[in-house]
Amino acid sequence: MSARRIVVTSGKGGVGKTTTTANLGAALAKKGRRVVLVDTDIGLRNLDLVMGVEKRIVFDLVEVVEGRCQLRQALIRDKRFESLKILAAAQTRDKTAVSEEQMDKLMGELAKSNDYVIIDCPAGIEHGFRNAVAGAREAIVVTTPEVSAIRDADRVVGKLREREIPLQLIINRVRPEMVKAGEMMSIEDVGEILGADILGVIPDDEGVIDTTNRGEPLVLDQTQKLAAIYGRIARRLEGEDLPLTDLDPPSVFSKFFTMWKAG
Amino acid sequence: MNVEGTDLMHAFEEAPLEAASVEAPAAVALGRAIVITSGKGGVGKTTTTANVGAALAALGKRVVLVDADIGLRNLDLVLGLENRVRYHLLDVIEGNVELDEALIRDKRSANLYLLAAAQAREKEDVDVDEMQRLIEQLRERFEYVLIDCPAGIELGFRNAVAGAQHAIIVCTPEVSAVRDADRVVGLLPNDWSPELIVNRLRPALVRKGKMLSVDDVNAILRLPLLGVIPDEPAVIVATNKGEPPAFDPNSRLGAAYRAIAARITGDETAPAEVPTEPEGGGFLSKLGALFGGRS
Amino acid sequence: MFEFFKNTEFFKTLFGRESSGATARERLRLVLLSDHLALAPDVIDALKAELLEVIARYVDIDPEMAEVTFEQRERELAMLASVPIKSVRKDRPSAPAQRTANGRAHAPPNQPPRRRRRRRRPSPTAPPNGAPPDGTLLAPPGTFENSAQA
Repeated sequence: MSARRIVVTSGKGGVGKTTTTANLGAALAKKGRRVVLVDTDIGLRNLDLVMGVEKRIVFDLVEVVEGRCQLRQALIRDKRFESLKILAAAQTRDKTAVSEEQMDKLMGELAKSNDYVIIDCPAGIEHGFRNAVAGAREAIVVTTPEVSAIRDADRVVGKLREREIPLQLIINRVRPEMVKAGEMMSIEDVGEILGADILGVIPDDEGVIDTTNRGEPLVLDQTQKLAAIYGRIARRLEGEDLPLTDLDPPSVFSKFFTMWKAG
Repeated sequence: MNVEGTDLMHAFEEAPLEAASVEAPAAVALGRAIVITSGKGGVGKTTTTANVGAALAALGKRVVLVDADIGLRNLDLVLGLENRVRYHLLDVIEGNVELDEALIRDKRSANLYLLAAAQAREKEDVDVDEMQRLIEQLRERFEYVLIDCPAGIELGFRNAVAGAQHAIIVCTPEVSAVRDADRVVGLLPNDWSPELIVNRLRPALVRKGKMLSVDDVNAILRLPLLGVIPDEPAVIVATNKGEPPAFDPNSRLGAAYRAIAARITGDETAPAEVPTEPEGGGFLSKLGALFGGRS
Repeated sequence: MFEFFKNTEFFKTLFGRESSGATARERLRLVLLSDHLALAPDVIDALKAELLEVIARYVDIDPEMAEVTFEQRERELAMLASVPIKSVRKDRPSAPAQRTANGRAHAPPNQPPRRRRRRRRPSPTAPPNGAPPDGTLLAPPGTFENSAQA
C-alpha cells in the first residue's frame, strides 16, 4: 500500500512547521514506520538543521528533480531512527526551481517505499506552498493561538479546502497560564474559528529552541514533556482515539475552571 | 530629517497632492525608505515595523508603514487598524484610487499612516517597477517609509526591497533564523549597510546556555546592532488588542522600540543595550511564579 | 483558595476590562468575515443581484446606479445598499398576509388577484393627488412625479 502523503503547512511563518515535521516524523519512525521527511523550503532550508543532518547533505531535492542524481542518493538516513530518511531542499536556488507536477511525481516515487511522506511546507501561499501541497493528499495545519497566525491559517485552510485536501490542526505554543488569565485564545476558540478538527495541542516550551539549535529532535529524550505529546499525536494520526490530556495538577477548584489541555 | 540629497529620480507620473491630511514637505527632500526583512517567517518583522514606526512617529517624524505581504496581510491587525482598511496598495498601483484615499491614519498618532496590503490578491499581481514607483511617491510625502517584507526570498521579498535604500534585519536567537538572515543579507544590494534587531531574546535562557546570545548571532551576521527586544508575553497581549507597546510610555518593550527609533534618526548614538534580566514581572508572571504556572 | 484568583472572570470583575483574549477573538471574527467576503466576489455579486431582484419587485430601480458595499465598523461588519428608487410598482407583491412562505404573492382561492381587479376598473380621470383608483394611498400625495394611475 502506498504511503500517506501529508503536508505540514501554516501560512504564517515561524509557528512550528519544521519542528512539528521533525518531531512527528521521528515519533512515527520510533513506532517502526518507514518515514521520509521532505524539505520544500528551497532557498531557506532548515529541516536539515533541525534534524542535525546539515553536514551530511550530498544531493538535494532540486538535483533529484533535475535528474542530476538518483533519488536514493539524495535520501539521508537518520542515524538515530532506522526507518527515518530526510530529503533536503536546495539552498542556492529558489522555489521557482521546481514545478507542481515535478513535486507530485517525486512524492509519488517516495510513497512507493514508505509508510509516510511528510512534506515540510514553506511560509506563504505562493509558489512554495503550491509546490508542497501538489505532492500531498492530506494536510496538517499548524497554528499558534495568536491573531496573525490564525488569520493566515484560515487562508491556508481555505486553499486546502478548494483543493479538497482533508486537514487537521495542530495548535502550537499554547501558554496555559495566559489562556487561564484570558490573555490568550483557548484551543476551543481556535478550533471553532478555523472549523477544523484538532490533531494535537503543544504547549510553549523553553526547551524546544535548544533542541532545534542542537539538531536533536526532542522525541529522542523521553524526559522532555513534549516528547510524550508528539508520541500521542503520532498515535492519533494513526487513528487512535486519544483525548487531549489534562496536564494540570488536580486541584479542589479544578471543576470550576477550564482545564487547559494538551497532547 | 534625513535628506536623500542628490538622489534625483527619473520623472514619473504622480498623483496631484490632494488637500488631504497628508502634506508633502515644503522642500523636495525625499524620506528614507527602509525594508524590514528576515528571510525566516515569524521572527517579528510585522511587530517590529509597527512598533518602530509608532516610535518614530512619537518622535515627531512623519511615517508611513507599507504592508508588502500581499495575500497574508497582518500589519493592519497588529496596529489595530484592520477595520479601517478600505483600499490597499494594489488599488493605488492599479490607479483605482488616489494614494491619499488609501492611506489610513493611525488612531493614536497624527504622524503615522498605514498603506495596507491586498488580501484577496497574489504577490504576482505587482512587479518590482510598480513597487519602486509607489515607494518613491511615498518618500515625497513622508520622512520614513517602513516596508514590512513577507517571509521568503522570492518575488514578495524582491518587491518589498524595491524602492528601499536601507534594510533592517530582524533575527531571533535561533540557528534557523540566523541562517535565513544570513541568506537574505547576501541578497541585498552590495552598497546597503543593513542593521540588525535581535528579537525575542530570553536572557535567562542565554545565561543557562540554552539560547544563542546576541554575540553568537552577530558573530555570524556581523551587522551593526540597532537593538535587542526581549521575549515577553506582553507582545501577545498587545497584538490581541491591536495596541503596539511603542505607544505605551510605561512599557519596557515600548522603551526598547523607542531607543531603536532614536538610533535610526541619529538622535541616539550610544550602542544598543542587551537586556540581561527578564522583565521584572508583570502581575501575570508574578502570579504564575507564585502559583506554579509555567515550568 | 489562590487558584480562584487565576480565574479570568474574577480578573474582569476586578479590573473592569475585557480580557485581551476576548478582544482578540472578536477582532479575529470580524477580520475573517471581511477576508472571506473579499475572497468571494462572486458571492457578493450573487447577493447583490438577488437583493436588487427582490427590491425591484416592489419599486422600479436603475440597477446600474445601485451600490452594495460592506462597511467595517468597530464591532460589526455591515452591508449597506444604496438603491435609487424611481417609482413604486403597480404590480408589486401583495401584503404579507397573502404571501406564501417563499414570499411570493398568493391569491386566495377562487378570487382573481387584486391587481387584476384594479386594472379592469375604468378610470377616465385621474384623482388630482395621484392616488390610485381603489382609494388606498400607496404614498403621501405628490411623492411621485408621474402619478401612479391604473
